[in-house]
Amino acid sequence: MYAPEFDYYRAGSVSEAAGLLRKYPGSKLLAGGQSLIPLLKLRLAAPVAVIDIGRIRDLKGITVKGGTIRVGAMTTHAELAASSELAEQCHALAQAAAGIGDPAVRNRGTIGGNVAHADPASDLPAVLVALEAKLTVEGPDGKRTLDAGGFFQGMMTTALKEHEILTAIEIPAHSKGQGSAYAKFAHPASRYAVIGVAAVVTTSGGKCSAARVAIGGMVPRPVRAASVERVLAGQELSAENIAKAAGQVTESLGNEVLGDIFASEQYRRSVAPVWVKRGLTQAAERAR
Amino acid sequence: MKFPISVTLNGRPYRREVEPRQLLVHLIRDLGGVTGTKIGCDTSQCGACTVLLDGVAIKSCTALAVQADGTSITTIEGLAGDGQLHPLQEAFWNKHGLQCGYCTPGMILAAHELLRTNPQPSDDQIRHGLEGNMCRCTGYQNIIRAVREAAAAMRRKG
Ligand SMILES: Cc1cc2nc3c(=O)[nH]c(=O)nc-3n(C[C@H](O)[C@H](O)[C@H](O)COP(=O)(O)OP(=O)(O)OC[C@H]3O[C@@H](n4cnc5c(N)ncnc54)[C@H](O)[C@@H]3O)c2cc1C
Ligand code: FES
Ligand code: FES
Repeated sequence: MYAPEFDYYRAGSVSEAAGLLRKYPGSKLLAGGQSLIPLLKLRLAAPVAVIDIGRIRDLKGITVKGGTIRVGAMTTHAELAASSELAEQCHALAQAAAGIGDPAVRNRGTIGGNVAHADPASDLPAVLVALEAKLTVEGPDGKRTLDAGGFFQGMMTTALKEHEILTAIEIPAHSKGQGSAYAKFAHPASRYAVIGVAAVVTTSGGKCSAARVAIGGMVPRPVRAASVERVLAGQELSAENIAKAAGQVTESLGNEVLGDIFASEQYRRSVAPVWVKRGLTQAAERAR
Repeated sequence: MKFPISVTLNGRPYRREVEPRQLLVHLIRDLGGVTGTKIGCDTSQCGACTVLLDGVAIKSCTALAVQADGTSITTIEGLAGDGQLHPLQEAFWNKHGLQCGYCTPGMILAAHELLRTNPQPSDDQIRHGLEGNMCRCTGYQNIIRAVREAAAAMRRKG
């Protein structure tokens, strides 16, 4: 398959990329290409120009400073999955990245591209919402920081404005007594999320002091499962309490649950509690 | 628009002016009769087009030639050195890890990636490591055996 013709520019820095975006209206950023190149080949996207941000060094890597984990937008899924910092201090992100597609896709695809693309079946949006991540974007009007909760606005729709670039994602490192996990009902062929559950639990004195649960895959944009979180707060993280809380998830899903030929809306609603239970159980184990 | 690139393919340097939309897999197959890299699905599902870019496995149907500028590409033809088959090639041969052979170049390079990141994989890890590659002939069992044998041979060689 051949993409329609487009021009190609390679940015050496974020400001250069921002300049190119402005200079060539109707252009698109290219990160790892694992979502954009398929779209180009199917001719679902036909940008005037493609601006390659893949060689901007400042956009790469994971650093931990003062309890905050900073992940550059061009960090690949493979790097997230292999990071010892994330394995210790933000397990859900490493776990979700390790389950994306296959090894070759993970070697190219980036966290920035994944969340900017905002495919409902993607894994990382729900994870960032549960982790209460902050996203830094840069554009003609300077820098701004957005909460993950507000960043995802709908199916393939984010708060990114036309000439903005997502540069980094900041996540509070887990404190003592905190644990996180990502449980995914993966589509057997593509590995995309049919249902994705990101859970973060905080324990103190053997009880759950707070729980954060975000659901992806089955909804147009990730949703926080407040109905689940409420039930768990102040409770012991026993199998029984987790199951009871997980059973409340449908209440938070709203009326826009997705269905397709593989998994209908009703089926996803029915099995969602199982995946919430699995996510919470694993997060609780890691919090000990 | 044409964009100038230079790449090293299996140790040989090339310079070309390419259309930005040209896929890496087409560049590789058109450069100099090196056609071991296959196009199967053309939609990043099957892994037939897997190559190593600076030693790391990628699907070359889902990369642009311009993205490979300045890199060193290894295809199945570049894996054997000095007329000696790579242990993975040897093991696929010995264990009958192929039938029609269409998936094999990609399968071997995906296995190469697995052993690069995990030199001693369990059978389960081999299956997961190859999940981006499809084979319509073998039923996979002999592929798993071949990768297991190659891993052992490579560890012996050090
Ligand atoms: C076979 C296959 C299986 C997959 N399976 C999964 C899966 O199981 N789970 C999952 O979550 N994903 C999956 N993916 C998608 C994958 O995670 C992609 O890597 C990701 O969606 C896009 O990241 P990228 O770096 O490749 O971005 P690109 O494809 O380069 O870009 C995607 C979009 O984001 C924009 N963009 C990129 N970077 C930025 C930035 N820094 N700022 C602003 N905009 C930006 C681009 O302009 C483009 O519109 C799969 C993909 C493939 C091909
Ligand atoms: S041809 Fe590239 S993955 Fe199938
Ligand atoms: S040997 Fe025929 S597809 Fe694998």
